[in-house]
Amino acid sequence: MSRSAYNPANRLRRYVQTLPAVLVIALLMGLPMVMMGFVSIVERAPDGGVHWGEFTLRAYSNFLFEESLMGGVELNTDYVTIYIRSFVLSGLTVVGTLLIAFPAALFIALQPQERRNFYIFLISIPFWVNLLVRNYAWILLLRTNGLIDQALIGSGIISEPLDLLYTDIAVAIGLIYSFLPLMVMPLYAALEKFDFSLVEAAFDLGANRIKTLFYVIIPGVRPGIVAGSILVFIPGLGAYVTPALLGGSKSMMIGNLIENQFGAARDWPFGAALSFVLLIVVALAASARILFGGKEKHL
Amino acid sequence: MSSARKIILGLFAALAAFGPALAEEEKKINLYFWPAYIPEELLQRFTKETGIAITLDLYDTNEALLAKLQAGATGYDVVIPSDYIVPTMVKAGLLQKIDAKAMPNGKNIADGFTAPSFDPERAYTAPYTWGTTGLVYDTAKTGGELPDSWSVFFEPGPLSGKIASLDDEVEVFNAAAYYLGIDKCTETPADAQKILDLLLKQKPDLKLYSSSATVDRVIAGEVAVHHIWNGAAHKVIAAVPTARYIYAREGVTQWADNLAIPTTAAHPDNARLFINWMMDPKNIAEVTNYAGYMNSIKGSEPYLKPELSRDASVNMPAEFADRMRPSKECSPTARELRNKVWTKLKK
Amino acid sequence: MSNRFQSLPWRLRGLRSATILLFAYLYLPIAVLFVYSFNGGAMATIWEGFSVRWYGEVLSSANFRAAATNSLVIALAAAGIATVLATMAALGFRGRKLGGAGLMMPFLSFPLVIPEIVTAVATLIFFISIGVPLGLVGLIAAHTVFCIPFAFLTVKARLDSMDETIERAASDLYATPLKGFYYVTLPLLWPAVMSGFLLAFIVSLDDFIISLFLAGPSSTTLPIYMFGMIRLGVTPAVNAISVVILVLSLAVVGVAALINRFNRI
Repeated sequence: MSRSAYNPANRLRRYVQTLPAVLVIALLMGLPMVMMGFVSIVERAPDGGVHWGEFTLRAYSNFLFEESLMGGVELNTDYVTIYIRSFVLSGLTVVGTLLIAFPAALFIALQPQERRNFYIFLISIPFWVNLLVRNYAWILLLRTNGLIDQALIGSGIISEPLDLLYTDIAVAIGLIYSFLPLMVMPLYAALEKFDFSLVEAAFDLGANRIKTLFYVIIPGVRPGIVAGSILVFIPGLGAYVTPALLGGSKSMMIGNLIENQFGAARDWPFGAALSFVLLIVVALAASARILFGGKEKHL
Repeated sequence: MSSARKIILGLFAALAAFGPALAEEEKKINLYFWPAYIPEELLQRFTKETGIAITLDLYDTNEALLAKLQAGATGYDVVIPSDYIVPTMVKAGLLQKIDAKAMPNGKNIADGFTAPSFDPERAYTAPYTWGTTGLVYDTAKTGGELPDSWSVFFEPGPLSGKIASLDDEVEVFNAAAYYLGIDKCTETPADAQKILDLLLKQKPDLKLYSSSATVDRVIAGEVAVHHIWNGAAHKVIAAVPTARYIYAREGVTQWADNLAIPTTAAHPDNARLFINWMMDPKNIAEVTNYAGYMNSIKGSEPYLKPELSRDASVNMPAEFADRMRPSKECSPTARELRNKVWTKLKK
Repeated sequence: MSNRFQSLPWRLRGLRSATILLFAYLYLPIAVLFVYSFNGGAMATIWEGFSVRWYGEVLSSANFRAAATNSLVIALAAAGIATVLATMAALGFRGRKLGGAGLMMPFLSFPLVIPEIVTAVATLIFFISIGVPLGLVGLIAAHTVFCIPFAFLTVKARLDSMDETIERAASDLYATPLKGFYYVTLPLLWPAVMSGFLLAFIVSLDDFIISLFLAGPSSTTLPIYMFGMIRLGVTPAVNAISVVILVLSLAVVGVAALINRFNRI
């Protein structure tokens, strides 16, 4: 290996090996993003489709402004509201998954090696279950007179159905379920490397459990927390199937809004612009990892 | 570098060669349909009688169909656009001429369906089924009969929280427009505002918006009243004898779905054969029996299940004829207002 | 390291119960779905005795079989192409740092961090503007893209931990690079390639949003078919379809996990 590494022919061979994958992604992922940006600045055709070559920033100004009834221009908060809702929902999902995943990841990291691998395998399984199957299973459980209602009424705990489906609780249950493995994995990876003699030391020095958690464990695994949060937050922003199936579709998510532009609204440039804004937000979120998660090296 | 490019080019050449091989003219047609709109047994019988194999793909709104065809989905042979979207599709050059009336079974088209406003010559479409969009409710859950008015839906009083609405921009907007006596294609922002106010006021009373699983939802007792298409209402009534369908006195959308052949069809001749075959009363009757929507073909009555003609939700009593409001395509201005209302409703 | 801290889980009370609750939360829906798919009754959530009739009904539907075939064809093709490309790339990045690797490597994970809806919209627009017809070919191309990171990360992880001594020994014994690769590197790498392929396979099999946007004539996949079925309601047939999809995915994960295990031994 080392002997041939200096060989220019070998370098060429290595480039030839790596480039196809890179080019496929550049061609079928990068270029589409560029095209999407382009479509977001051309004129819409009234029945869907676009007029190539007629440039306008209408889609972006529509995002923030609208014509008022009097013909003037006023601030339109509708779309921003929908974006904020998706952000809040995604943020709450991060908090929810973190609260549920942290104790479990800690427990698993403290188990003997063989058992740890098995636990982690078990946690990763639901991640591979199809999105629709997951949500459908929750519909079976949560619907009025569904399985949770039946179980609770049967055991005499409640007398009336809970009506859980089509509520915010149902959406939270579904989203947290979908993204839990994405939070557990990085947390576990960080906790596994964590030196638990520090915890023993803290206890020996008289720190209580809360203090140990906040002053010893959490600072020590911060990169894992940041990584998990971003892994959950980004797909959470685009989530709309779960809110639609479990939430009763009363409020739009970014995903519904974008899809609607290719459906009833027939406004493709606006759909492209909305996607482009989301893309930029995601890029910012990803760079947040570099800002807040960069301490890994000191551990 | 150059060999990398060769690999890429080779890859694309392979993909390109793969494409036409799949789409080669053969004894098959690709249907692009609404869900639960044609029984699988009927498709099998068509294949048996004609030797033409069928594949079935599904879409859920007229706008989705429009977008797919505009997006360059070539190869769908038969699609099933509703009335209002037909002129738009014709104008966009998405449908090809079929001259349905000149087909052998074209003579079977029922009176009143030979010259619809959306396709006066039946040049591009053949009739499939028609229906209404109303309300279904279970008297066992509402504590008795309800008035035949949209007030049940928009001002439910004690039924608050037990009502479901279709999750469909056009249907929801239209229902509110009928109730308020406003033109559903209004271009006046003040009118749109009134509709939005009504819908916002109604929103807390709704349990959910959903166009799917409507039948199941009422039968399972999740809601007492459901904004619904009448074929689904028929399935509810068949399962729950205490259920009723409302033709609201303020007006009810009457719509008609049609068979058509996209310009980019891969098997247009087979598609014509299929459309003609579907205008045979015996065949289209099976669709009505399965989906619960009345067809527009003469002579299908003897083949219909008797409970269909007994059910007022399918077999509309003549007294309600003047409540029918044909659905129509609104102007871009009106559509934009409508979409704004929808976004503000759900923001 | 753990034995020394065996007492810790007990000093940090509540961890065990939290973990048990987490597993209950994760597995309750799967278990329920599985059990109720064998319900003989006509209502999805009211148990009326054991039966496999809904499986019979689902599996005998021509539309279901067409969807299953499409899903398998797309997943095989996309995961296959992606694995070949990803393995080549991982091998290329191995060893001395390649100029531009710092840019190219994160690029290969790019599809992982884009919300699916954005990818779907962008790819749709791209296909429209260059005239790619919607359908199987486009779906395979789009799936290949988001399959690449899964295969790449799996293969690269294995390569990073692989001992180069044996390969060097082969080379010292005058094996040509090609022979060395074929007889030494590839057998060592094979389990990772297979599990990378399998992960990519499930990711493709499960994809819904991108497939929905890019589907064309006779390219309905299993998730799209299931979406259509959910529209009709919560029925025992949908329970059965869900379990078929579920078992398909889990079987593939299981095999991937087994291969990884042997790999480690």
